[in-house]
Amino acid sequence: MEKLHLLGDEAIAQGAIDGGISGIYAYPGTPSTEILEYVQHSKEAAKRNIHATWSANEKTAMEAALGMSYTGKRAMVCMKHVGLNVAADAFVNSAITGANGGLVVVVADDPSMHSSQNEQDSRFYGQFALTPIFEPSNQQEAYYMSYEGFDFSEKFGVPVLLRLTTRLAHSRSGVVRYEMKNQNEVKIPSNPTQFVLLPSIARKQYKTLLNKQNEFEEESENSKFNIYFDGQDNSLGIIACGIAFNYLLENFQGKCPYPVLKISQYPIPRKKIEKIINETQKILVLEDGYPIVENLLKGFLGKNLNITGRLDGTVPRDGELNPNIVAKAIGRPINTYFQVPDVVAGRPPSLCSGCPHIDSFNVLNEALKNYSKGRVFSDIGCYTLAALPPFNSVNSCVDMGASITMAKGAADAGLVPAIAVIGDSTFSHSGITGLLDCVNENSNVKVLILDNDTTGMTGGQDSPASGKIENICKGIGVDPEHVRIINPLKKFDDVNLKIYLEEFEYNGVSVIIPQRECIQTIGKNIKTKQTEVKK
Amino acid sequence: MKKDIIIAGVGGQGILSIASVLGYTAVKAGLELKQSEVHGMSQRGGDVQSHLRISDKEIYSDLIPQGLADLIVSVEPMESLRYLPWLCENGWLITNSIPFINTIKYPDIELLLNEINNFKNHILIDAEDIAKKSASARSANMVMLGATSPFLGLTNEQLEDGIAGIFGRKGEKIVQQNIDAFRAGKKFAEENVNKILITK
Repeated sequence: MEKLHLLGDEAIAQGAIDGGISGIYAYPGTPSTEILEYVQHSKEAAKRNIHATWSANEKTAMEAALGMSYTGKRAMVCMKHVGLNVAADAFVNSAITGANGGLVVVVADDPSMHSSQNEQDSRFYGQFALTPIFEPSNQQEAYYMSYEGFDFSEKFGVPVLLRLTTRLAHSRSGVVRYEMKNQNEVKIPSNPTQFVLLPSIARKQYKTLLNKQNEFEEESENSKFNIYFDGQDNSLGIIACGIAFNYLLENFQGKCPYPVLKISQYPIPRKKIEKIINETQKILVLEDGYPIVENLLKGFLGKNLNITGRLDGTVPRDGELNPNIVAKAIGRPINTYFQVPDVVAGRPPSLCSGCPHIDSFNVLNEALKNYSKGRVFSDIGCYTLAALPPFNSVNSCVDMGASITMAKGAADAGLVPAIAVIGDSTFSHSGITGLLDCVNENSNVKVLILDNDTTGMTGGQDSPASGKIENICKGIGVDPEHVRIINPLKKFDDVNLKIYLEEFEYNGVSVIIPQRECIQTIGKNIKTKQTEVKK
Repeated sequence: MKKDIIIAGVGGQGILSIASVLGYTAVKAGLELKQSEVHGMSQRGGDVQSHLRISDKEIYSDLIPQGLADLIVSVEPMESLRYLPWLCENGWLITNSIPFINTIKYPDIELLLNEINNFKNHILIDAEDIAKKSASARSANMVMLGATSPFLGLTNEQLEDGIAGIFGRKGEKIVQQNIDAFRAGKKFAEENVNKILITK
């Protein structure tokens, strides 16, 4: 079969289509967005009627996928690492209910925080929830783990976590496909209380999950993804997890002189670990993320064990791996011939020319001129870039939805009016409940919902509350007189400023909604139309 | 055969069109390929790069190690210099000369062009001007691909087929525009490479 030229994310999506999914659920988040997008654009997926619509957030996505699994059909759910925090309640408990139809939970981590607020390692969540974890080292493995992951999930009646990191998610390579599997028929669980986590049932279910752990370990021990490679030089043994394995082989062009244990399936294969520890004098652990395996080996009592990695500084404690960091850790030379000239300046990301947020922030800054500084709580989206010059407008960015609730806390503490700035997609993801808290206490919070009718930062996906924002605000009890729709264009600056100032004067909940389409999606929509006309 | 190429630019300049054509061509030619891309926040006007690796042998890392890249291809002059630590000793720096200024800290363009002109193996090309004259202002990236083509180890036929493959769904006219831009860039590079080699 011809090789496809796929991103790691796309390989996972194709693996899921070929593996017989009936639905995929996700909320956009870099570096995971392209998985669901690929299914949306796949003609095969459309022909098979595979569900592929964006969810309001990662928790609703995880739950919908679990619901599909309940019916006996195969489902995938995808998110970025911090999205798993949002979905954690559903994810951890799904391990206890178990899966009926195959359920694969894909989480793309972002070490080095290319597009994220932290670099947490999702393998911790897998360990915590007691689920098996797969961590591909290349695109072909990503495809195969996705393709086979549903069988594994059904064999053991448990959701599986498929974890990858940015570089694999966003790197293309040739991928060979396998035969397409049929979708499952609806077949609800034979045990009618399996998914009812009342304490008495949950205790039994939890024991069932615990009892599966030995089998999971046995599977890891015999997994074709966990491979022990002999080496002639036993002075060092290298444990390389996921993509770290590629960086290691790069340095030796495939011929590593040291014994290597490649780990791509967890729980970690205990016997293989014992073998490499017994056969070598010193261990180096390479992980693209937190030092999880290293910590397991070293633990609290292992201070004097000859185990090196991120914890002892052989590898930097933070940031993603790359071939050079691995070279340094194994003492290989790095030859650089040229330096970056001093004249080169940094180029941070910035709001696009013509972006509606620019006008919204210009007016906000003007409106706040006579107030003390430090009262603008913002959120996750393009508009967070207003924290940088020339705007210097926002004072916080923590997690999805935190703008409204942090502003509420600040207002409760007396910082009034407190301003929240949130986008339309982020508002529908996690802002609505926070606004309800404000309404219930009539907090002096001014919520700016920058409505560009898209999920902008991730490339313009559908916004869950498109066209519904105004009614949502009114529906949860914001006084309709204080729900103000404005058009953020320079020519309306004066009118808009007056509206901002009026609302700042009002002692209660105000919602101002600057509405203008994202400049990127306008461009894209025009292009799409042009292409359609040509066709 | 092995080519490690860093393609550089600013988010929004469409460097992935260069990467796509190269990737498509390499796969058609039966070569191994790894092509790392930047998606997400940096696409909003930040510095972006793609690591493109082509080889007739297995490729291990998705990222090119420092000191190993054969080529840096940049659609923006300052961005071309950002990745110099990745370039190998005899590597070539091929860059568009027209700056993309979206930061107040953008350095004096003369200083940047001096750095590039003082670099031993370089091609400095006004891709936008050549694109306008030969095809369409929107084909500047294919001028850059053309300027890179003498160093790639892929034939013109292969690369032009690649352009047709990537732009085909946009219609015959767009394909031809891009091929014209590619040829103009190639011509410029061939004339100027010889000049550089002779003066050395």
